[in-house]
Amino acid sequence: MTVTEPPGVAPGNRGNADFVRSAMAPAAKPPSSEVGAIAWLRHNLFTGPLNTLLTIGLVLLGYWTIPPLVDYLFIDAVWTGSDREACIYTAERTKVGACWAFVVDRAAFFTYGFYPLAERWRIDVFFVLLVIGIVWLLHLRAPRKDLAAIYGFVFLPVASFLLLSGTPSLGLPTVPTNLWGGMMVSVVVSAVGIVVSLPLGILLALGRRSNMPAAKLFCVIFIEFVRGVPLITVLFMASVMLPLFVPDYMQPDKLLRALVGIALFASAYMAEVVRAGLQALPKGQYEGAMSLGLGWGQMMRLIILPQALKITIPNIVNTYIGLFKDTTLVVIVGIFDFLKAIEASRIDPTWAAPTVSTTGYIYASIFYFFCCYAMSAYARSVERRLAVADKR
Amino acid sequence: MTNTAPAGLKPAKLTHETAIEMIGVNKWYGEFHVLRDIDLTIARGERVVVCGPSGSGKSTLIRCVNRLEEHQKGRIIVDGVELTNDLKRIDEIRREVGMVFQHFNLFPHLTILENCTLAPIWVKKMPKKDAEEVAMHYLTRVKIPEQALKYPGQLSGGQQQRVAIARSLCMSPKIMLFDEPTSALDPEMVKEVLDTMVALAEEGMTMICVTHEMGFARQVADRVIFMDQGQIVEANTPDEFFRDPRHERTRLFLSQILH
Ligand SMILES: Nc1ncnc2c1ncn2[C@@H]1O[C@H](COP(=O)(O)OP(=O)(O)O)[C@@H](O)[C@H]1O
Ligand SMILES: [Mg+2]
Repeated sequence: MTVTEPPGVAPGNRGNADFVRSAMAPAAKPPSSEVGAIAWLRHNLFTGPLNTLLTIGLVLLGYWTIPPLVDYLFIDAVWTGSDREACIYTAERTKVGACWAFVVDRAAFFTYGFYPLAERWRIDVFFVLLVIGIVWLLHLRAPRKDLAAIYGFVFLPVASFLLLSGTPSLGLPTVPTNLWGGMMVSVVVSAVGIVVSLPLGILLALGRRSNMPAAKLFCVIFIEFVRGVPLITVLFMASVMLPLFVPDYMQPDKLLRALVGIALFASAYMAEVVRAGLQALPKGQYEGAMSLGLGWGQMMRLIILPQALKITIPNIVNTYIGLFKDTTLVVIVGIFDFLKAIEASRIDPTWAAPTVSTTGYIYASIFYFFCCYAMSAYARSVERRLAVADKR
Repeated sequence: MTNTAPAGLKPAKLTHETAIEMIGVNKWYGEFHVLRDIDLTIARGERVVVCGPSGSGKSTLIRCVNRLEEHQKGRIIVDGVELTNDLKRIDEIRREVGMVFQHFNLFPHLTILENCTLAPIWVKKMPKKDAEEVAMHYLTRVKIPEQALKYPGQLSGGQQQRVAIARSLCMSPKIMLFDEPTSALDPEMVKEVLDTMVALAEEGMTMICVTHEMGFARQVADRVIFMDQGQIVEANTPDEFFRDPRHERTRLFLSQILH
């Protein structure tokens, strides 16, 4: 942004006009009306008619919504109980808030689905491995990022598969995927989407920018096709069409089909995000690398991708947020995800009580909000750090 | 060695002493004819300065030497290897030919030292320790060994350009190409870069420099080439070139840049 100078400023005074103070004047003692809470209010909330109107509107809105919400979520809420009796209206209990007893009672089901009780520790181990991977990969100053990448993109997927689906040779009985459910399935679907879409998206982006016509055509068609249809369509195609391509005796698992659909869908979006990053790099970086004799693969791996991906991190995370929320759609191809687990419990007669449904949905929103907010906060912190690094 | 290379377009000797040979080279950008019938032979150890108005094709000419640009007609032979579409040969030639750019093109995500060791380690398969030794040697020669662990963004323009020179030298190139290495620098930093280039020239490096630093041309060039509209208009020893330019266009150009 440039500020045009007012006419009549002498050339010698350019950028340093005499009528503009160049240093702060020593502060005079403020009049009493300018200090304290009242002054703060005046300077921030009531600076003009529009701002004043907005402030009043928001206060009213808060007044109408917050107290009832607090009543509902905490004061009138039911915290303990083992069935619908705890949350129904009775002579003494004429107001019933959120039925947290329901969430507490069904929490294990929401988390593990129908996974056998004795084997649920495997899911806990999986969650721990996942958290280690996330922290190691995302923490910008964590040591040995190369090992972290191997851990996150090779070890973690293999270990999770052996752990969750079972390896009889290691003493882990097989658990068929139709028993998987709840938060664990949502996390697995998202994690697979995230882990597969980045490398595949990078390959697609590189293919789209390559000079090889066949590779380029394939990538363009794939990306544009997948981006041109809704996720639901991709999921349907994956679950209906995939079986047509393989012989009857090795029909892919229902969950696997959904995973393939999600992964391909996410990859197409990731490809476009990565491509934007590649395009943002100056041509000189390519030329500098080429002039030193680096081959194409070395140039991409050592020079171009590290820089392109770094500036793309915020966009990658944003794509992940979208993907994470989109995974709730797997329910339409019969996958028992987190939201479906809540849905199934809320219509269960054991817990038929007036506020059970709402409470279940509130629990789901808290879970999704927490995860998405964490991702978005991370993206913003990276953005800030990149902005600082740019000024260096 | 001074002025052993003959004046004019073609040095007398065309033997293994030839570093670069361009024969009837033509290049088009779409419809635009950017290089026209370039014939140029550069001997080993020869220092050539290329000048000419902006847009005359100087950058394109030297970028054809290491195949950052592809020529469409004619032959280019670098260090005895003809440039064709053979990717292996192109990489081979790029290993032998160093290039310094107007905007440095350092890798901002790597330290100065890593910038210098990257190509020796990955292209020449040099052990990391040896590569670092070589890098420190050249960083010392361009007089910034103490900056080795900083990032390019923390250095001044002149320092960055010296790093770029050191980075190229780490590959022990036989030929160095310079594309206006001082044009993007603040005036007070031009000298430090030119001094580095002079030192390099005095060691007998084969060099092609696109530059408008005529003092540098006088001091080190064996030949000065003037380009205009994609053609080599005139090529001569610096003495002759500045004292008695033969073409009107050359005279006009010199009068503009020498005031
Ligand atoms: N990639 C390109 N595509 C199209 N035209 C180009 C390209 N690069 C350079 N040119 C044109 O070719 C001419 C010569 O460019 P260049 O070799 O960079 O000139 P110089 O270095 O002498 O200023 C200029 O007119 C420029 O606009
Ligand atoms: Mg140029």
